[in-house]
Amino acid sequence: MARTATAPGAPTTALGKAALEVDDRLIVAGPLRRTLNKVFPDHWSFLLGEIALYSFIILLLTGTYLTFFFQASMTEVVYDGSYAPLRGIDMSIAYASTLDLSFDVRGGLLIRQMHHWAALLFMASIVVHMLRIFFTGAFRRPRETNWLIGVALLILGIFEGFAGYSMPDDLLSGTGLRIMSAIILSIPVIGTWAHWAVFGGDYVGELIVGRLYIAHVLIIPAILLGLIALHMLILVKQKHTQFPGPGRTEHNVIGNRLFPTFAGKATGLMMVVFGVVAALGGLVQINPVWLWGPYNPAQVSSASQPDWYVMFLDGSTRLFPAWDIYLPGNYNIPALFWPTVVLPGIIFTLLLAYPMLERKLTGDTASHHLLQRPRDVPVRTSLGMMAISFYVVLLLSGANDVIADKFDISLNAMTWIGRIGLLIVPPIAYVLTYRICLGLQQHDREVLEHGIETGVIRRLPHGEFIEVHQPLGPVDEHGHGQLAYGGAPVPKKMNQVGGARRAIRGFFSPIEEPTAVELEQRGEDRGLATAEPQRELTTSGRPAEGGRPSEGGRPSEGGRPSEGGRPQEPRD
Amino acid sequence: MTTHDTRPGSTGGADTPGPLHGGPDDDYTPEQLAALPREELDRLGARYDGVEILHVEPGPEPGSPLEKRAVRQVGLYFGLAGLSAFAFVVVYAGAGWFLPDWQWELGSSSFSVLYTPLLGLLMGLAFTFFGVGLVLYTKKLLPHETAAQDKHDGSHFDRVTTGATLVGGLHNSGLKRRKLITGSLAFMGGGLGLMLLAPLGGLIKDPNEGDPLGTTEWAEGVRLVRDDGTPIRPGDQEPGSLETVFPAVPEGNRLSDAATMLIRLRPAQLEQAVPRSGQEGFGYGDYVAYSKICTHAGCPVSLYEQETSRILCPCHQSQFDVTQGAKPVFGPATRSLPQLPITVDDEGFFVARSDYIEAVGPTYWNRERI
Repeated sequence: MARTATAPGAPTTALGKAALEVDDRLIVAGPLRRTLNKVFPDHWSFLLGEIALYSFIILLLTGTYLTFFFQASMTEVVYDGSYAPLRGIDMSIAYASTLDLSFDVRGGLLIRQMHHWAALLFMASIVVHMLRIFFTGAFRRPRETNWLIGVALLILGIFEGFAGYSMPDDLLSGTGLRIMSAIILSIPVIGTWAHWAVFGGDYVGELIVGRLYIAHVLIIPAILLGLIALHMLILVKQKHTQFPGPGRTEHNVIGNRLFPTFAGKATGLMMVVFGVVAALGGLVQINPVWLWGPYNPAQVSSASQPDWYVMFLDGSTRLFPAWDIYLPGNYNIPALFWPTVVLPGIIFTLLLAYPMLERKLTGDTASHHLLQRPRDVPVRTSLGMMAISFYVVLLLSGANDVIADKFDISLNAMTWIGRIGLLIVPPIAYVLTYRICLGLQQHDREVLEHGIETGVIRRLPHGEFIEVHQPLGPVDEHGHGQLAYGGAPVPKKMNQVGGARRAIRGFFSPIEEPTAVELEQRGEDRGLATAEPQRELTTSGRPAEGGRPSEGGRPSEGGRPSEGGRPQEPRD
Repeated sequence: MTTHDTRPGSTGGADTPGPLHGGPDDDYTPEQLAALPREELDRLGARYDGVEILHVEPGPEPGSPLEKRAVRQVGLYFGLAGLSAFAFVVVYAGAGWFLPDWQWELGSSSFSVLYTPLLGLLMGLAFTFFGVGLVLYTKKLLPHETAAQDKHDGSHFDRVTTGATLVGGLHNSGLKRRKLITGSLAFMGGGLGLMLLAPLGGLIKDPNEGDPLGTTEWAEGVRLVRDDGTPIRPGDQEPGSLETVFPAVPEGNRLSDAATMLIRLRPAQLEQAVPRSGQEGFGYGDYVAYSKICTHAGCPVSLYEQETSRILCPCHQSQFDVTQGAKPVFGPATRSLPQLPITVDDEGFFVARSDYIEAVGPTYWNRERI
């Protein structure tokens, strides 16, 4: 379009002209500006999901590299590689090629170990990210779809990981596969048919490694990739949630624009994740398959544990009592069916259904973009802690033989500790969490009402000693604060409300002028004061909990106590 | 304003460009925009995107000690990242060239042992230094800006108009009235769906053909051999010992369900021994043979503690008592390990008297109980 090229403000630099050429053809300036201007809220817990994303990128890159060398074949060969202890031993091509890529490919071991570490980190960050979503109520309307996708990613990740560590056909992975075969066989009615469909016959057959391979490198990753893309599209579309705080409402997002601040921080985090995985991959040995040896159905090593994300199922399998159910007509439901198929089925169904269940039980069908502090929703927080403690008992039971060995405890005692613990620890966790939540709530309200403990003890004329409290806002005639709780952290220390100025920068000698720092801090206060009229009352989301206007605010942004806590006028 | 195209082949329609894409170009002429400073343009665009910049805390004063120190720090981190990355390349490519060989030999304690750790460390440092440098850059050198972006609810206008388009299309298709088409469409959809799924039938095989789960390679007269294929005489094992044996068939030691434990009981164990009913004669003298495949999840039960007569499965800690017909005494296993009936042949070597009389390994739906 010649019109714009001659218009005032037409680009003069080469880069600008190139950009104009691109935009003339693709018309991307508008969408690009919208993307660059997108605001992301700033909180460390919002980066947990990003760690999962970056681990996934590592998995794709290292995984692709590994496929250049790995051969998914169960054909038997005699090993003739450079790892001397296994030379001359019969093994599958899958195992031999795993050894080759570890010992005969330059840098191959590093990539293989990075791949495995990244897989562990991927699953761990998914779980921690999910806990953040759960405890802050970020799954509530309108984000139920993303919760469902997230749980689907978690489940798929477990299958992806299992397929991955089962492929090398070493002794440990073969043992895991044998248990998987038994699990499939244990399914009532269709178990044997399902087993024949998956393994192509009786255990172990010739096909399973090839099938695991295509599932691991194509089918599941393609679904993962699609779901991750959808997860992020929905995230961008719905915009991020944020914690309540000054200026933050259900109808805005306060934070940094994508470019350059958020992009800089996110890329920095990505690089740190890459760095940690690379260092782990080089320095910390993981799954040394050459020590396990090739798979042999007649052999096993003790302390055979799956990767951590499958270990809770190993634990449930160890704890479940020996209860085969015999039906008339020579039909059986094996005990193995309950802890390995039914239990995860229940766990993941509850997980998937939780947003809907909570909506049903609380009757809260409103849209929420402001997060809740876990203490403000004691029932959900306690349920979450109950679920975590249940999971941790299972997880530890998955390693109960190692714990028994290292701490010199009877193995049978460990099993019984797990069985009993599984039933009594979760209710205890529920009650304890509930009490802690209520206590924290009360303390917040106490500080709002009576002010912050200053640590200053004053003796009154009649001899009484009192501690001076710093009110957070205006007080009534009894000296009680008038601020309502707004769902945001309440400052509890004088320094959090500007009791002390920030430290002057400089390690050996100051590199700032103290007066400049003072001016800067005054400036900060002013900066927030300008935003004041736009503030809206912030609540934790539930209508019952916070009707009254409140400051609630973060002290660093909330100004000095003297002018902090001014109740604000709700907009409109 | 619009001129209709009347050139041959045209069906009419506007020949002048409509409003430009998206941007409010009518409100802001190029001259007006050219007059605005860059910051204003930035804010203008942001406002147009629903983003209000509430507060900007400028970065450090150019030339101030604060800035100089931050620049030095960030530069140091980027420099260290580059250094580590180049060192990675040198170690990676240099091994076996001007550095010692990287390939690991058993017992070697030289450079090759350090090769992978060194690569990981250098790559880790390179990425981490880069990441830390970037974070420091954004924290110490970029202006800190607080922006607010509006969140919009769905638009009623959009809903109504989109709904009208959808319903209009459906109405024009006449599918509601034309029952024959909907009926045949549903019929076709079902057929196509089934057709696409049908090839998965290739995965289905009959698990009950020949009873592969209920039988093993053991049969009458098949010798018990060790992993290396040598047969066993009753005098070969010490009392209290266990040996894993396989059927003397080709590749017998690779079969997934034939592995068997041949156990010679101590005299004291023999006295206590209570075989399962109906299987009293399955042993031979002080020898008993049990399937090695756990009846719980199919792992090889491997750990034999002869003082307590227990066999432990290392996968889920099921324990079996060899003096009680390998009955499960602890853990998740429900059934005894099947016992292989054994005897010795004319040459004095152990042989099986038949296959196992029940299925070995984990329980399944239609497993026959004995």
